[in-house]
Amino acid sequence: MTRQSRNNLFKGMGFISPWLVGFAIFTAIPMALSLYYSFCDYALTSPTHAPLWIGLENYRLLLRDALFWKSLRNTMYYASMALPAGMLVSLGLALMLNAPIRGVAFYRAMVFLPSLVPTVASAMIWLWMFNGRLGLFNFMLGKIGVDGPDWLDERWAMPSLALMSVWGVGNTVIIYLAGLQDVPKELLEAAELDGAGRWRRLISVVLPILTPVIFFNLVMAIIGTFSILIIPYIMTQGGPNNATYFYTMFNYDQAFRFLHMGYAAALAWIQLGIILALTGVAFWSARKWVHYE
Amino acid sequence: MSEPGVAEGKPVTLLPQRPFPKSVSPESRVSRRTSRRTRWDLLGVHLGLLCVCAGLLLPFLWMLSTSLKTVTQTTETPPRFVPHPVQPRNYLTIFNYPNFDMITLTRNTLVIALLTVIGSTLSSAIVAYGFARITFPGRGVLFVIMLATIMIPFPVVMVSTFRIFRWMDGVSAAWFGPDNWLQMLGTFKPLWLPAWFGSAFNIFLLRQFFITVPRELSEAARIDGCSEIMIFSRIILPLAKPALAVVALFSFLNVWNDFLGPLVYIQRPRQYTLALGLQSLQNQHGGSQWHLLMAASVLVCLPTLLLFFLAQRTFIRGIATTGGK
Repeated sequence: MTRQSRNNLFKGMGFISPWLVGFAIFTAIPMALSLYYSFCDYALTSPTHAPLWIGLENYRLLLRDALFWKSLRNTMYYASMALPAGMLVSLGLALMLNAPIRGVAFYRAMVFLPSLVPTVASAMIWLWMFNGRLGLFNFMLGKIGVDGPDWLDERWAMPSLALMSVWGVGNTVIIYLAGLQDVPKELLEAAELDGAGRWRRLISVVLPILTPVIFFNLVMAIIGTFSILIIPYIMTQGGPNNATYFYTMFNYDQAFRFLHMGYAAALAWIQLGIILALTGVAFWSARKWVHYE
Repeated sequence: MSEPGVAEGKPVTLLPQRPFPKSVSPESRVSRRTSRRTRWDLLGVHLGLLCVCAGLLLPFLWMLSTSLKTVTQTTETPPRFVPHPVQPRNYLTIFNYPNFDMITLTRNTLVIALLTVIGSTLSSAIVAYGFARITFPGRGVLFVIMLATIMIPFPVVMVSTFRIFRWMDGVSAAWFGPDNWLQMLGTFKPLWLPAWFGSAFNIFLLRQFFITVPRELSEAARIDGCSEIMIFSRIILPLAKPALAVVALFSFLNVWNDFLGPLVYIQRPRQYTLALGLQSLQNQHGGSQWHLLMAASVLVCLPTLLLFFLAQRTFIRGIATTGGK
C-alpha cells in the first residue's frame, strides 16, 4: 500500500466513521442480538430476565401458532391488492401527468398532496370516511341507490385499507415522472415517423425505457407493504376478529405487549427473510424485463 | 452555476412548464396530421386528471368540512357537505382541550424534529463526502452495505434497538448513578440520537450530488494547501445547498409524520408528540367527537402542507432523485 492510498484510507474512514459507528450500534449489533434472541427463551416477564438458549424452539412454536399464519395470510392478502393497485395507479397517473397539457403543475401538486399527510392524520380522516353510518362513502353510495356496507367490518376492512393505500401514491408518481423525463425525444419522434401510434409508442418505447424505475418502485413497494403497521394499528387494532391483524402487528404485540422478546425476534427474522426472498425474486426476474442502457 | 439538479437528472418541477412544444417544425407533417386526434386525447387526459384530483381531494375537503361542524351536524344523516352553521370555534376548543395540549405537543415534536434535522443533515453530508470524494480501499463494499440497510424495515430492528438503549442505560447507570444525563429511555434521545450517525437514504442522496461537482475544484484547492475538511466545508458544502435543503426537508417530514418511533419510546403523556397526541385523542372519545378530531387533524397536517407550498421545487427534486439513478 502506497503512502498516498494509506493516507486516503485514513481520510475516507475518518469521513465515513459516523456512519460506521451508527451502523454498528443501531443496525449490526441489534440484528446480531435479535438473531441470538430468536434462539432463546427471553420473556421480560420471567424473574430471571436473562435469555436462555432453546435452539429452534421459537421457530417451531411459530409454525404451530395459528395467529402467525393468520397474520401472514392477512399481510399477503393485503399485498395482493395494494401492490398491484399502487403500481398500476401510480404508473397510469405519471403517464397522464407527463402529457403536454395546461395546468399540469396544478395536477401534479394535487396528486402529491396526500402523501404529505401524517400517517396518523390520514388514519383519522379515512376512519371517518369509512364510517358505516355517518361516513362519506356510504352517503355517496346512497345517492346512487347503493346501501353501502360497514367499510371496516370483517369482510371489507382489508379491501378498504388497500384502497386507502392508493391515496398516498404521490411519491411514487413523482419518481415515475422523473424517469419519464429521461425518455429521449428523438426516439419518440423516430417511432412516430415510423407510423407508431400513441399506444404503440407507449408500449414499445416508453415502458421499456422506464423499466429500471418500475423495478425500483416495485422493490420499495414490496418492502413498504410488508412492513405496514401504523395504519391498521390505529384504524382497526387488527380487528374485527383479527381480519386486519398484520404480521408486523403480531411482532409488535409479542415484543411490547407480551414482552416475549425471543418470540418477537424470531418473527422479525422471518419477516426479513420474506422481504429478502421477495426482493430476490424481483431481482432475479429483473434480468428478464428490466432494460439498462 | 445555475441551481444544479441533484444527480445529473433534470429536475422535474411542479411549476408551470411550457404547456405545448413551442413550435412544430415544418418537417414533422406527421404531427400536424395527428394533431386533431391528439387534441381530443389531451382533453381526455384533462378530464381524467380532473376526476382523479377530485377524488384525491375529497378526504381533505371532508376533513375540513367536518372540522367546521357542530357535534349534532356530524351525526346527521344524510351528512351535509357544506356545514351550516359554520363553527370555527372547534379550532379554539381543540387548542385548549384537556389531554391534548397543542403547545406542548408541538414543542415536543419540534424539539425532536430540529435535533434530527440538524444531526442527520450534518452527519450525512460528512459521510457522503467520504463516499463521493475520497477513493479508498473497501469503499465500494461499504457503500453497498450502506445501501442495503435502506431495505431493512424499522419493525425488524425495533425490538433489538430498544434492547440496546436499555443496555446503554444499564451501563451509564452503573457509572454515573441512576437518572444521569446519558439516560436514553424515557427521554427523546432514542428518537433523535441515531440521526446524528447519518441516515443511509440521505447519505445516498447527498453522495449522488457530491459526485457531480468537478474534481478540478478539489484539486485546485488541494494545491492551494486546503485540507480535506476545508475542501468539504468551504467548497463542497456551499455548492450543495440545494441538496442539503432536500435532505433537511425530508428529515423534517419523516420526524413530523413518525408515529412508530414515539409509540415505542415515549410513555409519559407530557412527552407525547403531535402524532401520539392525535391518536390518544381518538382513543379518549372512541369516535364520538369527530368535529374536534378533524379540527386537530387539520392542525397536524397544516405545517407540512404549508411547507410543501413554500418549497415545492425542493420537494420534487428530492423525490425525483430517489428514483435510483
